[in-house]
Amino acid sequence: MNTVGLHHFLILSAVLFGIGLFGIFLNRKNVIVLLMSIELILLAVNINFVTFSSYLADPGGQIFTFFVLTVAAAEAAIGLAILVTLFRNRATINVEEVASLHG
Amino acid sequence: MSVLMPDVNLSLLLPEIVIAVVAMAMLLMAAWAGDQGNRSMVAVVAVSAVILAGGMTLLKGGTAAAVTTFSGLFVSDRLSSFLKILMCVATVLPLLLSWDYLKRHRLDEGEYFVLTLCALLGGMVIASSGDFIVLYLGIELMSLSVYVLAAYRRDDPASNEAGLKYFILGSMASGLMLYGISLIYGTTGSTLFSHVHHALAEGHGVGPALHAGVILVLAGLSFKIAAAPFHMWAPDVYQGAPVSVTAFMASMPKIAGFAAFYRVLIDAFAPLHHQWGPVLQLIAIVSMVVGALAAIAQSDLKRMLAYSSVGHVGYALVGFVAGTPLGYQSVLVYLSIYLFMSAGAFAVILVLDHAGIGEKIDDYRGLAQKKPSLAFLMALFMFSMAGIPPLAGFIGKLQVFMAAVQADLISLAIVGVLTSAVGAFYYLRIVKLIYFDAATDELTAPIAGMSRLVLLVAAVVVLVWGVFPSSLIHWAESSLKI
Repeated sequence: MNTVGLHHFLILSAVLFGIGLFGIFLNRKNVIVLLMSIELILLAVNINFVTFSSYLADPGGQIFTFFVLTVAAAEAAIGLAILVTLFRNRATINVEEVASLHG
Repeated sequence: MSVLMPDVNLSLLLPEIVIAVVAMAMLLMAAWAGDQGNRSMVAVVAVSAVILAGGMTLLKGGTAAAVTTFSGLFVSDRLSSFLKILMCVATVLPLLLSWDYLKRHRLDEGEYFVLTLCALLGGMVIASSGDFIVLYLGIELMSLSVYVLAAYRRDDPASNEAGLKYFILGSMASGLMLYGISLIYGTTGSTLFSHVHHALAEGHGVGPALHAGVILVLAGLSFKIAAAPFHMWAPDVYQGAPVSVTAFMASMPKIAGFAAFYRVLIDAFAPLHHQWGPVLQLIAIVSMVVGALAAIAQSDLKRMLAYSSVGHVGYALVGFVAGTPLGYQSVLVYLSIYLFMSAGAFAVILVLDHAGIGEKIDDYRGLAQKKPSLAFLMALFMFSMAGIPPLAGFIGKLQVFMAAVQADLISLAIVGVLTSAVGAFYYLRIVKLIYFDAATDELTAPIAGMSRLVLLVAAVVVLVWGVFPSSLIHWAESSLKI
């Protein structure tokens, strides 16, 4: 009755995924927050994979999680590197000020 | 006790191994040589490695259909060979035509070529993926390399901004796709394409969660090929990135994205065609309309080509919507032709960049008086993109619309024909500027030998495939073992 089941984990990951998406679309302040939102999305995915893996008694999902974690680290490194070069040229990481390209 | 031997057949991966080893060796070479080293050496090695890998794929490609290794994770068949050869060509042509550009802007460090090769490797892995894990790794290897390439001019704020926008929207797209994959894994119990296909054919796990998963995967992949309504990054990134990178980005990652569509839609989701068909149809229609209408208002040539590529993606997707052998084959034909048209158009832009002509469309006024040969080639590629016979672009559109009509998607074909008529306007506007407007200033542009070569190859291919398309169509047909 009061045990934590499959649904609880799936709802948790869906909520995290939603927060991540909203963070990307609603955030108008800081690029760092965008990077955090992306990480949140990837973590939601990982929770999903581990939950399903345990539910299906199949190790495939956990293997996928390791790959996602590794790629997320590479992604964060590249994102921060690009951000640093941008900051050197513009001296800002405000999302609204990073908008010089338009038609 | 017997030891279970893993199913490993490295000979199937030889082209990928060549690219991976050369990319890593080049990283060392570049580090060793430093700034004083012979830079063109690295470029020569990179181009030869890609040609070698493409040649190996070509020689190996004619054999059997669908051989798998690593327990089905890696698939090698004629379709993957076809796509890999296209990707190798789509890597070599931009490298050759930006040879001179890279030298002038001092971008020809080893890392540029290493990143290009890594992107190609990612694309080749996508074309051979037999599992969602392999697909994801291929997509990330390609995307991460291209993010860095887009931001490659460290001192240029526009390039930084292009890289950052591409990175954020691209990572979000990967996140959407991954969430979709996790739902598919949860409902079907496997990430292997063949198992997913089997489960779906038997009707296992078909429900709202699975449908949401399929749609999220389609949305993520549509981001990668810049299909509307997931195209908003493309104009900014095309405009901000260095021209050599834009030329690369306009072809190789798109072909890789379509390779992912082939693998996912045919190998995994084929039993659900009635479900993803309408979704893809909507994406195709929106892409065609956005590509045709938004390009008209552009004053920057690279932005215009970005919207034009959105349109081209829409036309190519029509073949997938049809879901018939003719449809799948027409996508291959369209991609092959698009690759050469795009390389040709960017070759002209890169040659004129040397002459100090900017990337604004107005800069091309009166080009015919200054450089008749270049003007003729630019007009040729614009006519081909507009789909005017007897050029290759017409054959591509014809094939795609034939597939749509054959699959009873008459309305889709009509939308396609109407949007290509509207789209012809902005291509012809450039031809008008080149030929009928007065030149504003003098122009002295030496055309580098490599650019000449690429321009010649692209022009010949566009003409020959326009008049004699049967060899291409036959090759595409034999690549699909349906």
